[in-house]
Amino acid sequence: MFPLALSNLSVRRRGKIVLGPIDLVIDQGGPTMVIGPNGSGKTTLLRVMHGIERISEGTAEWAQPDHANHAYVFQSPVVLRRTVSENLSYPLYLIKRPKPEINTAVEYWIERIGLGKVANRSAMRLSGGERQKLAIARALIRDPEVLFLDEPCSNLDGQSTREIETLLLETAAAGTRIIMATHDMGQARRLAADVIFMKSGRIAETGLAPNVFDAPKTSELKAFLKGDILE
Amino acid sequence: MNDISHGLFAALRLIVTFDAELWEISLRSLQVSLTAVIIASAVAMPFGAFLAVQRFKYRRLVISIMNALMGLPPVVVGLIFYILLSRSGPFGVFGLLFTPWAMIIVQIVIITPIIASISHQAMRELWAEYHDLLISLNTSKWRRIKTLIWDGRRNLLTAGLAGFGRAIGEVGAIMIVGGNIEHATRVLTTAIALETGKGDFALALGLGFVLIGLALFVNILIHWLSRTEREGRW
Repeated sequence: MFPLALSNLSVRRRGKIVLGPIDLVIDQGGPTMVIGPNGSGKTTLLRVMHGIERISEGTAEWAQPDHANHAYVFQSPVVLRRTVSENLSYPLYLIKRPKPEINTAVEYWIERIGLGKVANRSAMRLSGGERQKLAIARALIRDPEVLFLDEPCSNLDGQSTREIETLLLETAAAGTRIIMATHDMGQARRLAADVIFMKSGRIAETGLAPNVFDAPKTSELKAFLKGDILE
Repeated sequence: MNDISHGLFAALRLIVTFDAELWEISLRSLQVSLTAVIIASAVAMPFGAFLAVQRFKYRRLVISIMNALMGLPPVVVGLIFYILLSRSGPFGVFGLLFTPWAMIIVQIVIITPIIASISHQAMRELWAEYHDLLISLNTSKWRRIKTLIWDGRRNLLTAGLAGFGRAIGEVGAIMIVGGNIEHATRVLTTAIALETGKGDFALALGLGFVLIGLALFVNILIHWLSRTEREGRW
């Protein structure tokens, strides 16, 4: 699967560059936190890596081109208009897993995220935190090699954020490569093994988490970590 | 006002006495309209979903034409199909003119754009919600359409019921291709037109109330069967 190599990559929308040009190699390891101010291109970078954003110039090449074993969790959790358990089983039906295997996986994940009592209720009736946990479980149920998360804890309360962070750390420990965008520096410090700092659609600084957080090289990252507003 | 009360009384009398002709034409109305709705829905709903999911060169033009066809004049449709299905017409060999099937065909033509257009609107909104997830899960086009139709089935029900409402109340086209023949192609709407022409307003109104009751009954039955009012899913 790895490495993923982004070469001279850029994304334009209506003629305006929203990402790039970027050169970046991502290998095994992580979790990787993509940080930066709003509009810096974090989401677009994740979407490019996942293959759901059209590239205007350059290339994004995985060592293995098969993206079937990637999963993506969106900032606003998308839930299907089905029951909670049907939401979980959907990705497994897509890859035609046998029904007993699907049932076992759904039962496991539904208990793991604490939604056992509402398994047969419409997912549309869940709270924001429950929806996000469901979206993460639905992403993890296929046991992906790579999990992209786009600010999964924005707008969530402390309890839900803690539960999701615990789930993500366990997932990373189990071998899933996590690449996550966040604007929450506390969360980035708690989860990151390495960091990509983005500013104005470009990668301003990358490195291992302790180096980036304790000894930032660029003035932009220093200002960002201080909490200054970046233009 | 007198006519309306007489009409209500006539409707009650027809229902209470189990009037054989009323039953026959009511059942034929249901049979023709429901068959047309089922066939039209089978085509229009996947087409509406396809238009929501697929981008192609003349997509906007197709959507505009589809929306414009919602206003297709039934009398003109009836006239065109009268010519097509008449003995000297290209489909005369099938002997469909003045049969319930001719009525079903014109109703399909009239309601397909309505069902397709409402379905497209519902599917477009659902597609906006699901787009990123289904793309991210690497689903095929056909799977996306199937998912939208299944998850949007309650919205599609509205499209089907709109088609049914239009079909069951239609009179111009089915009068032309059906001929309003007693015991063969007479339905509630054509019977109402006939009784009005004869000046029997009370009976015409009575049949009208039965028609309204029938349309309401089918709508409520379908809503009840599909549990649209339960669990806050509607």
